[in-house]
Amino acid sequence: MIIRPNIADIKIIGYYLGKIILGLGFTMLVPIAMGFALGEINPTLDFLISIELSLILGLLLIKLCYTEKDLSWMEGMIVVSLSWLVAMVLGAIPLYLSGHWNSYLDACFDAMSGFATTGLALVQDLDHISFAHNLWRHLIMFIGGQGIVIVALAFFVKGISGAFKMYVGEARDERVLPNVIHTARFIWLVSVVYLILGTTALGIVGSLNGMKPFNAFFHGACIFMAAFDTGGFAPQSQNILYYHSLPFEIVTITIMILGAINFKLHYYIWMGNRREILKNIETVTLFITIMITFFITAFGLTQIGTYPKAMMMFRKGFYQLISGHTGTGYMTIYARQFINDWNHLALVGVICAMALGGAVCSTTGAIKMLRVGIIFKALLEDIKRIILSERAIVVQKFHHIKEVFLEDKQARSALIITLAYLVLYSLGAIMGMLFGYPFLDSLFESTSAAANVGLSCGITTVTMPAALKLTYIFQMWAGRLEFMSIFTLIGFFVAVFKGK
Amino acid sequence: MKIKKVVSCQLSVVSVLFLLSIAYAQPISSTDLINNAKEYDGKIVVYAGEVIGDIMVRGENAWINVNDNKSAIGIWAAKELTKTITNTGSYKSKGDRVEITGVFHRACLEHGGDLDMHAQTIRKIGFGGIPQEIISVRKRNLVFLLLGLLCLALILKQSKSK
Repeated sequence: MIIRPNIADIKIIGYYLGKIILGLGFTMLVPIAMGFALGEINPTLDFLISIELSLILGLLLIKLCYTEKDLSWMEGMIVVSLSWLVAMVLGAIPLYLSGHWNSYLDACFDAMSGFATTGLALVQDLDHISFAHNLWRHLIMFIGGQGIVIVALAFFVKGISGAFKMYVGEARDERVLPNVIHTARFIWLVSVVYLILGTTALGIVGSLNGMKPFNAFFHGACIFMAAFDTGGFAPQSQNILYYHSLPFEIVTITIMILGAINFKLHYYIWMGNRREILKNIETVTLFITIMITFFITAFGLTQIGTYPKAMMMFRKGFYQLISGHTGTGYMTIYARQFINDWNHLALVGVICAMALGGAVCSTTGAIKMLRVGIIFKALLEDIKRIILSERAIVVQKFHHIKEVFLEDKQARSALIITLAYLVLYSLGAIMGMLFGYPFLDSLFESTSAAANVGLSCGITTVTMPAALKLTYIFQMWAGRLEFMSIFTLIGFFVAVFKGK
Repeated sequence: MKIKKVVSCQLSVVSVLFLLSIAYAQPISSTDLINNAKEYDGKIVVYAGEVIGDIMVRGENAWINVNDNKSAIGIWAAKELTKTITNTGSYKSKGDRVEITGVFHRACLEHGGDLDMHAQTIRKIGFGGIPQEIISVRKRNLVFLLLGLLCLALILKQSKSK
C-alpha cells in the first residue's frame, strides 16, 4: 500500500528548499557587484530583480514551512531534485531579462545547461552580452559543478544530520572526509585554489596571445569555471576557437582533466599520495577509454583526411574527444563541422567518449569510470568462473583509494545506473528522430545532453522544436542527478495522487 | 614582339577583370562558408561583418574575429591591415564593419586545422562606436516594488519568530 505524504512531509521539503533558494539568491550578488563595478546598469537591474524574487520566495518558504524535524532519505532526495528545477527557473530570470534569449524556455534551457554543467546553449548575440550576464553564465556552472546543495551545505548549513541525504541525492555517494559538511567545504577549497591557479594561467596565456589584460583575466576566470566544472560555456560565440591558440587549448585540456578526476583523489594527491593516480581504477579506466575512443576517432578522421597533420589531429580530433570524454563540451570547430567534415566512425568515437564520462564524485556526468571499471571487473570474474575449475574460489579486487573486494551488490548497482543512462541516451535520440533529425545527429546531441557534455552537431539551435528543448532539459537534469532523486520525486507525486 | 604585346595585354585585361570581380563580389555568409567549406576551401572569398572581441596581435600578424550576425569567423591578417579598425564589438560598443577579401581554409594547415580566412585586403565599410545605454524605467520600478515586498517578507519572518 502506498502511503500518501502528509503536510509535515511537504513542510520539511519546503523548509529546506527555501534555505537552498536563499543560498542561490545570495550568489547573484557576484554578478551584481560585477555589473555595478563596470557601470552596466540594465544588467545590474536584471540581477537585482532576480535576487529580490529569490529572497522573497526563499523567505516565504522558510516562514510558511518552518519545522525542526530532520530530513528523511525520501525528503532529502526530493529537496535535491526540486532544488535543481527551482534553480533553473530562478537562474533563468536574469538571462531572460537581458534580451539575449528569444523566450523564457530558451533561458531555462541555458540555465539548466549551466547548472547541470552541460554547455549546450541557445543564447543569441553572445558577443554583445554584458560582463555581468557572462559571469553569471559561468558562475552557475561553477555552482552546479560543485552541486547546488553542496553550496548550501558548505556555507549556509551549520550542521544537520540530513545533510548526507541531500549530498547523496546530488549524485555524490562518496565522502572525502568523514563529515559531509567538511567534505562540501573541502570540495570548495579545492575548486577555489584551482580557480586562482587556472585563472592566472589562462589570463597570462590570453595576455600573451594579444588580448587586453582585463579581458584575458575575465575570460580566464570564466573559462576556468566552465572547464574545471566540465561545463562548456565560453564568453564568446566561437567557444575556444575564438582564441586561435595552442597554449590556450593545452591549458584548457589540463583543467578539463583535473575536473574529471574524483575529488577524493584530489584529496589524496594533496596529501602527498601521488601513486594513487597510477593505481586507482578510475584513472586507469579513464586512460584506457581515452586511448580506445581516440583511436576510433583518429582512425575515422584519417579515413577522410580532414586533418592531415599530427598537430591538426591533436587540436581538432583529440581536443573534441577529450572535451567529450571529460564531459566539458569545449569546441575548437563549428558545430556543423562534425557532420560536414567528420565521418560516422569519428562521430561514434566521440559519442562513446561522451557516454562514458569522467570519475564519480567529480563534476562530470555520464556513466563514469568507476562503474565502467566495476562492470569490466565483474565480467572478468565471470569469465574466470567459467574457465577455472568449479572448486576454484574466484575473488576479484579493484583499487579505489584502498583495495576493495568486488561484491555482486556493487556490480548490480553499476549496471543499473549504466542501463538507466543508456535508456536516457536512447530516449533523446528517438525524440530527435521523431522531429526528423538523422539517427547519428540525434544520438550525438542526445548523448551530449544526457551525459552533460555540451558538444553539439548543430541540432541545438533556437529553431529546434520546444518539445525537443524540454526533452534535453529533462535529460540534463536526470543525467546530472543520476536518476535516484528523480525516481524518488516521481514516486512522491505518485504517492500524493494514489496514496491512502 | 607583337605576340608578346598581345599576351601582356590579355594578361592585363584578365588581371583587371579578376580585381573587379573581387571588388564587386557579394560577400559570402558565415553559414554558407561553414556548411560548404569543401567547395570554398583554398579559394579567394569575400566575407563581411562586425569585428568582435579583441584584436589579438601575434608578431607581424593579428587575429580578428568577424561576426556576420550568424557566426563569427577568425581572420588572420597582417598587423598593418587591422590598423584601420578602431572599434570592436562588446556589450558597450558596436564594432566596425569590415569587408575582407582573402583565402578561405576549411582546415588551415598553418593554424592547426582552424576554419579561417587569411586576409589579403580589409576594407572598413561601417563605423562602430559606443552607444548610450538607456536605463529601463520598467526594470528600475520593478526593483523598487520588489524591494518593498522583500522588506515585508523580512518583517513577516522576524515578527512571527519572535
